[in-house]
Parts: sequence; structure tokens; C-alpha cells
Amino acid sequence: MAIWLTEKSKIIVQGMTGGEGTKHTRRMLASGARVVGGVNARKAGTTHEGLPVFGTVAEAIKETGADVSVVFVPPAFTKNAVKEAVDAEIPLCVVITEGVPVHDTTEFWAYAVAKGGKTRIIGPNCPGIASPGASNAGIIPADITTAGRIGLVSKSGTLTYQLMYELRDFGFSTAVGIGGDPVIGTTHIDALQAFQDDPETDAIVMIGEIGGDAEERAAAYIEQHVTKPVVAYVAGFTAPEGKTMGHAGAIVSGSAGTAQAKKEALEKVGVRVGKTPSETARLMREIMQAR
Amino acid sequence: MDLFEHQAKELFAEYGIPVPRGIVAHTVEEARAAAEELTGRVVVKAQVKTGGRGKAGGVKVADDAADAERKATQILGMDIKGHTVHKVLIEEASAIAEEYYFSFLLDRANRTFLAICSAAGGMDIEEVAHSTPEKVAKIPVSPLEGVDREKAREIAVAGGLPEAALDGAAELIEKLWAAFVDEDATLVEVNPMILSADGQVKALDGKVTLDANASFRQPEHAALEDKSAEDPLEAAAKAKDLNYVKLDGSVGVIGNGAGLVMSTLDVVAYAGEAFPGSPKPANFLDIGGGASAEVMADGLEIILSDPSVKSVFVNVFGGITACDAVANGIVSAFQLLESRGEAVSRPLVVRLDGNNADLGRQILSDAGLSGVELVDTMDDAAKRAAQLAAVGA
Repeated sequence: MAIWLTEKSKIIVQGMTGGEGTKHTRRMLASGARVVGGVNARKAGTTHEGLPVFGTVAEAIKETGADVSVVFVPPAFTKNAVKEAVDAEIPLCVVITEGVPVHDTTEFWAYAVAKGGKTRIIGPNCPGIASPGASNAGIIPADITTAGRIGLVSKSGTLTYQLMYELRDFGFSTAVGIGGDPVIGTTHIDALQAFQDDPETDAIVMIGEIGGDAEERAAAYIEQHVTKPVVAYVAGFTAPEGKTMGHAGAIVSGSAGTAQAKKEALEKVGVRVGKTPSETARLMREIMQAR
Repeated sequence: MDLFEHQAKELFAEYGIPVPRGIVAHTVEEARAAAEELTGRVVVKAQVKTGGRGKAGGVKVADDAADAERKATQILGMDIKGHTVHKVLIEEASAIAEEYYFSFLLDRANRTFLAICSAAGGMDIEEVAHSTPEKVAKIPVSPLEGVDREKAREIAVAGGLPEAALDGAAELIEKLWAAFVDEDATLVEVNPMILSADGQVKALDGKVTLDANASFRQPEHAALEDKSAEDPLEAAAKAKDLNYVKLDGSVGVIGNGAGLVMSTLDVVAYAGEAFPGSPKPANFLDIGGGASAEVMADGLEIILSDPSVKSVFVNVFGGITACDAVANGIVSAFQLLESRGEAVSRPLVVRLDGNNADLGRQILSDAGLSGVELVDTMDDAAKRAAQLAAVGA
């Protein structure tokens, strides 16, 4: 078992007919994920990459039994795409799109909450979620790691890949890229909770970065609720104040959101924090070898 | 993007929010002329994108035009927390009866918007919030519901504003919400929001942060950018759509993915501690998942045009793009730079990991590019780049 995404998951792609949608639909299919269709109102009734294209998410669910949607539509249309997925009550909506205005994200998040929180949203501006050997919803390369018993949650895509690769001999139950925007759907805490409850996850890697206080809140959560070993990495110690470092949410404002504060909060609750990604992998290796 | 006070107030005025009359001046002569035009007492205000301006002496009252010229002489060119004052706002002086605080902002932690209102406004609001938090009302605002006049009034009441200010404040708050939403702002702050002696509620100061992700639907925001303050290398990078931030060290950094590049900066800084002069990263540059030859060439070109760069660390993890493609990108980048007449004059340390890493390394060693060294791990590559920077310094 993995969290949120299993070999039974049936995936549809919103924005499948676009460039990124097409490329990653192919990659998901090649990795063995069960992609069952796409959504594009203007191309409803056609097929693309050998898959049926539906006019709406609701119709796609009705025809295919899909329970996961991956969103590749451009930023200007992301808000409505996510609201449509929420209206259709799809259990999981993974928003890959980068560059979504934060007013739009805040609005679709409020909309999802108001509709009863039936849809788990991951992202936006994230690489998606992968349960190696079972399924893959998003753009995480499927072939850099193996199935195993480590859970991973991260704000960063390439750091996720780096750790998955370094720990490929142990393998992962699920890796969740939650995204680097200031407002995101699924948080570190949501993933920590799910990994804690997942009988097939033994230990957790958590990757954070500068900006906001999500890592500090995750530390408080770990202290209260997580008994499985957690190893963490935080990026951005050398980031200057007031500069956005690539991710829209990665910014140190005054004295808030620093990597140092996040590291200290995590270490205070007993989480070992690696100085580099490779050291983080070594720390996890020690834990897994001791089991 | 943060706006200058005068830009924030111009924006407020477009939404019908009362602000004092003001004129921007870049020289003492302009300051004098502005004060003459406004007549009477004026306030000379440094235009810098940082807080604590008043306490630093960047805001001064002037009795007349000659006095405004004197005050502008003192303020123009001043350094306020590392920001040089290049312009001042000359503004008619307001007869202030009371000062309040108001802002709308994005509440990241709660994934909603927040209205913050207090009757105890002015320069010491942070101290007030710290020592007497009960005097500062923080009210969540749902993006689905927004702020109408009634909600605006509730917020003003919660902030402890007096009866005399409620109507004016509610009107201002409602209009400020419109500006916050329509302009895709993540912060609109009015401190102080004043009640004037003649009973008007006005925005005496303004701070606005705009969401860069919304630029596709806010075309007029481009004109608000402060081109003069932009680092020339950052400007050149931006023109090529590169995600670049100038830092003050000597190791140029190129990588793919924001998190990996941030991490690379940290690893370089740690590694640098072991070498003379402690070399530090010279920049942040994320060339994204694709890492094509052209983007690699553009990135290298920007980094090599920085004279403080003594060595370059190319740190790529092949995920979506396999390492052989990245290696070919580096080889083509060298050819492209050569064809542009720019030889790669400083040592390059390359670390390739992930998909097809062996193939990528083979391609690079076969190409025999001068000054290029391959190092297997990120930590070792950072050490080597720092060492080369220390030697080259």
C-alpha cells in the first residue's frame, strides 16, 4: 500500500491535448500508470494518445471511473479547471501548473473547503505524486527509484528526484511533491499524517525550503503525532532577504521564513536535519539499515 | 514586486481612496518646484522599498519651498538600510487628528486573506502588535465572500476605531479590498490611515506588493518595475527569461530546479568554509527541467559576464531530461558561446547525476572541453568549485 495513489488509481489528465499534457501523459503511460482519458471541452469526443477526450471532468469520471486528475492547463485556466474537478468530487486533483496567481489558488482552495473537502488537492507548481511500482500522477520520473518503504514529502521537484535516486536501493512507498507556491493544497503535515498511518511506510524524508512557516508547523506536528523516524533537509540557508528564489513561495521576509529557523524547529523535536541532500540520504540510510 | 509609496498612492487614487496631494522629485530643484506648486507646509518623504524610513530620518516636514529644498538635500542620496534614496515624494502636510493601521494580506499558513486593523497605528505598530496584541484585530477574509461596506465596517469596529472614523474607514477599506483583488496584490498596507482634523479618513502612507505570477493578466504592472535599481546582470538574465539572482560570492552556479539550486548555493557555501577567503556562491540560476543547449549557453553567458565569478559549478540532476541530453547541451553551449566570440575563460565543474548519468559523463569527457572537470557527487563538486574559486581569486 502507498498513500493516496495506488496501482488501482485511474487517472485523467486535464489539459491532456496540450504540449506538456501530451508529453507527460505518454510518460505516465510508459511508467505503467493507468491513465484512462483526458479532458478538453473543445475536443470532446476525439481521442488523443489513444485515449478518449471528454468534455468535462464529471463526464470523464462517469465513463471511466477515474479517481485522480492531473492538471496541466495554463495558469490563466487553472482556477476553473480545479473548481471543475472539485465540483465533480474527484478524490485527488494534482495541479502541476507553475505560475498560478496566488489569488486564484486561494480562491480554489476556499472553494474546495466550502464544498466539503471531498477533493484532495496537491500543488500547484508541483511535480505530483508517485508510488513507485504502482502508479505515477504528474511529472516525477518513474525510473529513478524503486518501490520500498520510505515516504517522502517535498516542496521541491529536483530535490525530490535527488533523494529518490540516492535512496533507490531502499525504495519508496510514495513520494509527494507538494509544490513551492505560497498557498498549496496538501501540506507537509497532511503527508506526515498519511505516512504515519501507512503500514507500508517505515520512515519519512521531509524536504523544505525558505519561506512561510510550514516546516515549523510540521515540526510541531511531528512532536505530537509522528512516531516513525523523520529525516529532513531544508534548502536556502544562503538566500538573501527579500529575494524570490525560483519558487514563488521561496522568500525570506525580514527575519521570517529562514532556513536556520526551520532547521532549529525540526532539530528541537528530534528530527535529524542533513547539511546537504547527500548527507540527508546518509541519515536515512542509517535508519533503514538499523531496522 | 513591491511598489514605492508614491506608486502605491497613485494606485489607491485610481480606486477612489483619499490620499494627500503629492509630487515626486528626483532632484532638490524638483523638490523645491513641487513644494511651490503645493504651497504651504509639505512633507518630504524618502522613496525607498524598506520599512523604518521615518525612524531613519527619511521623512521631514518643511515649512515652505526653501525649507523643502533643504530637507530634500538632506534626504536625497541618504542610505536607509542599504537602500539609496533616489527620489522623494513632496506631499501636502495633513492635519492629523488620529493615526490608525490597516492592511489586507495573504495569510500563507491559513491559506486565506487577512484584514489587520488597529486604532493604534503609526510608526510603532510592530511594537503594539508585540506587546499588546489585543489592540490589533486580525480578521480572516474569504476570497469567496470578499469585503463589502458592511464587512469593512465590522473590521473597523473590531480594530477599535472611534465612531467618528467608522464611515470613512469603512469606505476606504472597501475600496482597498477592490484594489487588493483587482490588482492581484499580496499586500496592501495603509500605515497610518488617518482621521484628519476635518474628519476625513485618508491613506497617509501606502505599501503594496504585487504577485508576479499574475503579470499575464496585469500588463500595466510592468511599467511599475524599478529598472534603475535592478542589478544589470539580473536585468540581462530577465531579458532572456532566466531565473537568476545575483549574490556576492565568486562561485557561479547553474542548476535545474529551484530547490536543487538553492541547495547548491548552501552546499557551495559550506564547502567554501574550508578554503582561503571562504568562497561563496555568486548567483542563483535555475535553468529549469529542460536544460536545453540554448538555455545552458545563455546561462553560462550571464554567469561568465560577472567579473567576480572565478569558477562555475554546473549541477544538474537528470530527471525528466536525461543526462546525455544535458551533456550535449553543455557541449553545444560551448560551441554556441564560441560562435558568439566568447570563450569560456573560467574553470567549470560539472556534476551530472540521475538518468543516463554515465552516458552524459562519457559525452563530456569525449568532447574534451578545456577547463571542464567532471565530479561525481554534488558535495565533492561543490568542494572542487570552491577550491578553484579560492585559487583563482
